[in-house]
Amino acid sequence: MIREKLPQLPHRIKAETHHLSFYYGHTRALKDINLVLGDNQVTALIGPSGCGKSTLLRSFNRMHDLYAGNRYEGEIVLYPDNTNLLDPGVDPIEVRMRLSMVFQKPNPFPKSIYENVIYGQRVRGIKKRSVLDDKCEEALTNAALWNEVKDRLHDMAFALSGGQQQRLCIARALATDPEILLFDEPTASLDPIATASIEELIHELKQKVTILIVTHNMQQAARVSDYTAYMYLGEMIEFGPTDEIFIKPKDKRTEDYITGRFG
Amino acid sequence: MRPLKTSAEVISLRANITQRKRWDVIFGLLGILALALGLMTIATLLIDMLIDGWVRFHPDFLSNFPSRHAGKAGILSAWVGSGLVMLVTAVVAVPLGVAAGVWLEEYAPKHWITDVIEINVNNLAGVPSIIYGLLALGLFVYTFHLGQSVRTAGLTLALLILPMVIVATREAIRTIPQIIREGAYALGATQWQAVKHHILPYSTPGILTGIIIGMSRAIGETAPIITIGALTFIAFLPPPPLTDVAPYLNFEWLSAPFTVMPIQIFSWTSRPEAAFQHNAAAASALLVLMTLTMNGLAIWLRYRLRKNLKW
Repeated sequence: MIREKLPQLPHRIKAETHHLSFYYGHTRALKDINLVLGDNQVTALIGPSGCGKSTLLRSFNRMHDLYAGNRYEGEIVLYPDNTNLLDPGVDPIEVRMRLSMVFQKPNPFPKSIYENVIYGQRVRGIKKRSVLDDKCEEALTNAALWNEVKDRLHDMAFALSGGQQQRLCIARALATDPEILLFDEPTASLDPIATASIEELIHELKQKVTILIVTHNMQQAARVSDYTAYMYLGEMIEFGPTDEIFIKPKDKRTEDYITGRFG
Repeated sequence: MRPLKTSAEVISLRANITQRKRWDVIFGLLGILALALGLMTIATLLIDMLIDGWVRFHPDFLSNFPSRHAGKAGILSAWVGSGLVMLVTAVVAVPLGVAAGVWLEEYAPKHWITDVIEINVNNLAGVPSIIYGLLALGLFVYTFHLGQSVRTAGLTLALLILPMVIVATREAIRTIPQIIREGAYALGATQWQAVKHHILPYSTPGILTGIIIGMSRAIGETAPIITIGALTFIAFLPPPPLTDVAPYLNFEWLSAPFTVMPIQIFSWTSRPEAAFQHNAAAASALLVLMTLTMNGLAIWLRYRLRKNLKW
């Protein structure tokens, strides 16, 4: 393992990718990605459409395993236990129980609010009502949704507004006590007010969990993240503290993208 | 570009619109005509059947066995037979069809073997029912010696509607957005948990509709039932499935000889006496009523259950 190629962070490290490549069939969608996620830090992935940022995010919880013909190369190592998430011996179910994901479009199940939040517990076979109730309240509180829904936990989830649905999905992801929370453009389908509340939430959540967020919106990356990675055509062009990336990027391509000259 | 138009140009523009819209009117009328033709044929048939059978609409008609005297003949053995055969059909076809559909849609690896299976399942739905009758005669009657019985008929019709149930299951599953599946897997669900908690509940309305439509087709099938040798005149009922002594269930009815509604109708229409034609008409009307009720139930169920599904 070539440690010196990896960026160094002044934080404890939660996860690293080592020479990560990814193939959709014969198409190489990620090329030799080396990324470091600081513990309890927010890392943003930015770049133009098709640059591979969502592909990279979805590699972390092995979503690509759901479809035939996908292949990973390299490693994603999770600390402190040094588990390589991409190891064929590691069950993707274990990976998804340790890392949670929030999708681009709110995707609550057509079930009650309560059933949505505790689904991660259901999957684990937890049936004790008091445990489930506590978990539900805790997760909804952490997702800043408890006060809005506490009186109608058994209403259908799709009765909520778009922004509330997305916070419900965040609560659902938090209820499994994930080590890393993956956000795939979580505000892409939301209005500015709902977007602001999600961003504020991300800011609070990083006290508890490491966050990796894909965003199309550079201002959002600047607002919410501590570290930013700029990707282009499946390659990691530049990675560093968000301030540096936005104020004095080292790479010409990063600068062009950030200043809006292309993308 | 020349955006300004003279009034002559505007007039010709309007004429052009009127001319093109003529085809809207023509097609609209043709469509109504086609629809009316179809509906009126069916309505005429139904009304004619009701008028012919009216004299026989009487509770006795349901509770009497067939008889040599048209006035005393009833459809008791036929509707009980149809009911029992349908029960066997449902018990066999539903679990097999739903399981096969779920497997094909959720578990099957995508390669040429599954493609071949898929094409053949779709083709099976179009195989003439007499072929199923011949298959059943050779397989269930002669090879497995299941007799010319309720279970043979039920199994035959189950084979007949199995492809319909599989196709309905797959189509219902395909309407579930991928993002819902991913949501479940992202929380660590196993494949079976995703199926049990999400795929099956969300596809239930579509699957139920498919089952009921399949059953309403099966209940009217005549050819395969004749082929396996249903009786046309039967003056006793199969032993009842429920008894008053433990274990309260009795499976002798499965091997009992039987008749079903369409066979009873067929046998009456082949009689020369006019009185039997009234019986046939009345029984046909009831059979149509049964299928319409089943289809209505399918529509209602679909409407009720889909109200809770939104994505």
